Amino acid sequence: MIGTGAVVAQTAPLLAPLNAATGIFQYIWVLIALPLAGAIILLTTGSLLKRWGHIIGVATVGVSAILGIIMLLEMMGRSADDRAFGQTAFTWVFAGQFDVDVAFQLDQLSMVFVLLITIVGTLIHIYSIGYMAHDPDRKRFFGFLNLFIAAMLLLVLADNYLLLYVGWEGVGLASYLLIGFWQYKNSAAAAAKKAFVINRVGDVGLSLAIMLMFVTFGSVTFSSVFANAGEASDSTLTWIGLLLLLAAAGKSAQFPLQAWLLDAMEGPTPVSALIHAATMVTAGVYLIVRSNAIYDRTVFAATAVVVVGVITMIIGAIIGSAKDDIKKALAGSTMSQIGYMVLAAGLGPIGYVFAIFHLLTHGVFKANLFLSAGSVMHGMNNGVNMRRFGALRAAMIITFGAFTAGYLAIIGIPPFSGFYSKDKIIHAAFEQSNIVGIAGVLAAGITGFYMTRMIVMTFFGKARWEDDAHPHESPPVMTIPLIILGFGSAFTGMALVYWGDIETWLTPVTGLEERELAIPTVVLEMLTLATVLVGVGVAIWIYRRSVPIEPPQKVSVLTVAARQNMFDDAINDVVAVRPTWYTARFLVWFDNRAVDGFVNGLAAAVGGVSGRLRRIQTGFTRTYALVMVIGVLAVLTALGLVMLP
Amino acid sequence: MDDVLIAPDIDYLAVAPMIIVGVTAVVGVLVEAFAPRRPRRGIQLVLTFGALIAAFVVLISQAGTRVITGSLAIDGPSLVLQGLILLIAIVSAMLMAERRVDPAGDAFSPRASALPGSEEERVLSTRGFMQTEVWPLMLFAVVGMMLFTAANDLLVMFIALEIMSLPLYLLAGMSRRRRLLSQEAALKYFILGAFSSAFFIFGAAMLYGFSGTISLPGIADALSANPGQTPLIFIGFGLVVIGLLFKVGAVPFHQWVPDVYQGSPSAVTAFMAAAVKVAAFGALLRFLYVAFGGARWDWQPALWIIAIATMLVGSILAITQTDIKRMLAYSSIAQAGFILVGVIAVNPEGVAAVMFYLAAYGFATLGAFAVISLVRQDGGEATHLSNWAGLGKRSPVLALSMSLFMLSFAGIPLTSGFIGKFTVFEAAILADAVPLVIVGVIASIIAAFFYVRVIVLMFFTEPAEVGPTVVLPSVFTTLVLAISVAVTVILGVFPQPVLDLVEQANVFLR
Repeated sequence: MIGTGAVVAQTAPLLAPLNAATGIFQYIWVLIALPLAGAIILLTTGSLLKRWGHIIGVATVGVSAILGIIMLLEMMGRSADDRAFGQTAFTWVFAGQFDVDVAFQLDQLSMVFVLLITIVGTLIHIYSIGYMAHDPDRKRFFGFLNLFIAAMLLLVLADNYLLLYVGWEGVGLASYLLIGFWQYKNSAAAAAKKAFVINRVGDVGLSLAIMLMFVTFGSVTFSSVFANAGEASDSTLTWIGLLLLLAAAGKSAQFPLQAWLLDAMEGPTPVSALIHAATMVTAGVYLIVRSNAIYDRTVFAATAVVVVGVITMIIGAIIGSAKDDIKKALAGSTMSQIGYMVLAAGLGPIGYVFAIFHLLTHGVFKANLFLSAGSVMHGMNNGVNMRRFGALRAAMIITFGAFTAGYLAIIGIPPFSGFYSKDKIIHAAFEQSNIVGIAGVLAAGITGFYMTRMIVMTFFGKARWEDDAHPHESPPVMTIPLIILGFGSAFTGMALVYWGDIETWLTPVTGLEERELAIPTVVLEMLTLATVLVGVGVAIWIYRRSVPIEPPQKVSVLTVAARQNMFDDAINDVVAVRPTWYTARFLVWFDNRAVDGFVNGLAAAVGGVSGRLRRIQTGFTRTYALVMVIGVLAVLTALGLVMLP
Repeated sequence: MDDVLIAPDIDYLAVAPMIIVGVTAVVGVLVEAFAPRRPRRGIQLVLTFGALIAAFVVLISQAGTRVITGSLAIDGPSLVLQGLILLIAIVSAMLMAERRVDPAGDAFSPRASALPGSEEERVLSTRGFMQTEVWPLMLFAVVGMMLFTAANDLLVMFIALEIMSLPLYLLAGMSRRRRLLSQEAALKYFILGAFSSAFFIFGAAMLYGFSGTISLPGIADALSANPGQTPLIFIGFGLVVIGLLFKVGAVPFHQWVPDVYQGSPSAVTAFMAAAVKVAAFGALLRFLYVAFGGARWDWQPALWIIAIATMLVGSILAITQTDIKRMLAYSSIAQAGFILVGVIAVNPEGVAAVMFYLAAYGFATLGAFAVISLVRQDGGEATHLSNWAGLGKRSPVLALSMSLFMLSFAGIPLTSGFIGKFTVFEAAILADAVPLVIVGVIASIIAAFFYVRVIVLMFFTEPAEVGPTVVLPSVFTTLVLAISVAVTVILGVFPQPVLDLVEQANVFLR
């Protein structure tokens, strides 16, 4: 421990009552309703409105974004205790003691998520107009995108876990539909199924956690669960925390449920951007930070969160270093960056704020990087293999500029936004434990390596293009969002620190605690920066000359493992797929032979009895009368046996 | 003063429903004798529906205002069951009044003595002769049934039994189509019915010999006053119960059921299956609860065996039937077994459950036979199961209604049959009759097989080349179908009002 005890400690005021939603905040529900209405219109009108579909999609999300900005300004004008609002739409479930409302909660935490989702979502929508211009199903695509946004907004605006679960499942459904959007490709269909199945594993965790909360607290609203969290036993809280972690691992692609994320690249690139930046993967981080009252009281579960975060951070970075597919390299990077956030969220009050801070900056610069990659692909016949890129900076100067801004942001060069958020997390990690801190610095160095590898292979060096490739810059409808996001990558961090004061803003929800470090902050920053520069240098040194078109086969064990996604598919195959497969085959066999055999045999037996009994029904009245007499004698005998002493 | 005959003080309003129906039946006979032939049917229809509806209205308006006990007991169960009998009678009368489905006229032979296909018959039908005596006969049967549920002494019960049965023997033999089958059925029904009546009256004599009274409460008093056992008690009890079990079609007194159900005109079968069950179970309940309720431990074992045999034999034998009317006959035997489970419970819940079950079963039966009367080939009904293949393609609405009735018989949730089975089994569990419930559930599973087979036949089997035609009925049968479907669904989805009603009316007065 370098930390020498708490200097500043503020815990979240858990019992702060929500203000009644008045004024502009009466329209919290509209934030969700608009994209939902867009989705319903786009998905139900068939070929009608085909030419205007994308406009509806962009407009609904855009208006939600504007509404969100107005709410932010209104919220900033209020005092810190006065910034959380609750709104009940209607009673949803009313069954005895189980009483759940469809009710929304908009506080400082939900607010930043609303802005991230709607603003980045709007930019991705606009970009998609160009990216999907030639797709015959563009309207359906926008319908799914709107559904995605609506579900994610429901997830972050719900005031109870059950409604959150609805949004959670909605996100899972929308991601399934979007990853498999080009379902005529077998790989896309399989990837969608993989994402869905792995997410279901996490969903089981969330549903069990909700049940456990209801059993323990008698309610599933945030306010009453958090208010009573202190009264539950340690083991109950630990179980709730671990189950929520399982849920978060599924949605946020954390170890050991990370396998779906790389395959999810089969979806159209805007979808990858949406999944990786603004929605879906951030849901797990949101869940953990939102449930801070639980994790503050269970050291075991919080430590588990840190461990999961560290493992994912490292293996994501290693996978990102070995992939030749630009989107998969970025996907590994996302795993790694989300790992940072999860790690921070597991640190408790010293980390919650920075988890969200990094989530916001990452949301912007990762959207930027993905959309830039999409722009490169757009100009390269949808190719993704970086070994066939190279020297593209001249051909697509705007894309190159935007990508560079994102690059500098993610590796954390000051004053780009990643510098502020990542350093805060590393700082907090050292406050907790040296090992975690060193892991954070190490991952930062690997980040420097794989990002430099990516930018060098794509934009510098010699052209290794396919013969029919004619690289060109994308149309303005795609480049304008890129420019905006590029500036966002550059300045979001600064803006949030110096203008938005993110720490003070979030403290009422998450609490904040700072500990003094033995080494000065500046030294730590220098150490991190030096590690990053080493990573950058190594990458430049390796890829400075020619890059072979075929991936080299004589590589280290680590590279082989990383190319195989750390053998994740093989592990899943052995641990889950094969056992399930054999169980299913056994059950089919058992059902065919034993169950059906038994049932069919029984049916045949009954039929046989029926056939024999039928013969008594001779049709002769005399037989009937005889059977009656026998019956009379039998009844009288039975009665006599009982009644006579 | 001793030899002055004291006229009994009769509460005429309380028995008014029975009087209305009975007097109208007599008037109906006079109409047959004196009214000209052409308007006769119209007059009879007006009289029948008028009497049944008036009786029902009076019954409802008087319900709860007066109770009498004596030879008759007007109490909760008898009021509910009489009301149910009247409703079933109204719906059955609509089925009997149908004239459009048979090209030759209605379902009844104009003169039952005429040989089928003979010159006499041709002349009769071309000259427009109609069988209109069925209406007063039916009203007499209804009077008997109503009396049966209210009879509080053995002699009234016997008279009611005969008033109910004799018209039914006649109605069973009046089919226009397949006349010989119908007449054979009527004769069998009559002979075996007379046989069982003899058991009943012999048993009544035994019980009188034991207790010196024919009143059911009197017998109960005599039993508690003389706990000593004599053969008179169990022989008398056994024979009376056998007479009643014959009427509900319990095993081993069930063999008339398939023959009679198959031979009778479908409208009459529907009426018998639905209404006779109500009346007979009403009488059985009263006899067991009022007279022998205190001695239940003595008779429950014997009735357990009968209930189990009835459920199993009915369900198992139905599986191998190829004629849909015979299949429904065995199904009605199995259903009688399920109802017996509620009877054996001997608790108020059992009474309520039996009454609910009778309502659920009654209307589903009316609907099922209404559907059967519409599926025809060469003029007559196409009752062989193979004829029903692919009916769902030809006539989806009819096939869907039939499926609903089958699902209700099978006791599938959201139909009336499920609630009926559920309440009956619940009452039995309250009475610690768990083995009976287990057998009941097994029998239900066996029974589900042949009910669902009808649905599979209708919807998932290719129709034959030359299939039956589904005739378009007049408003009468259409109404019957609509009412049956509505009752089956409402009692399945929203049963609470009716459950409340039968729970309020579940105690027998002594």
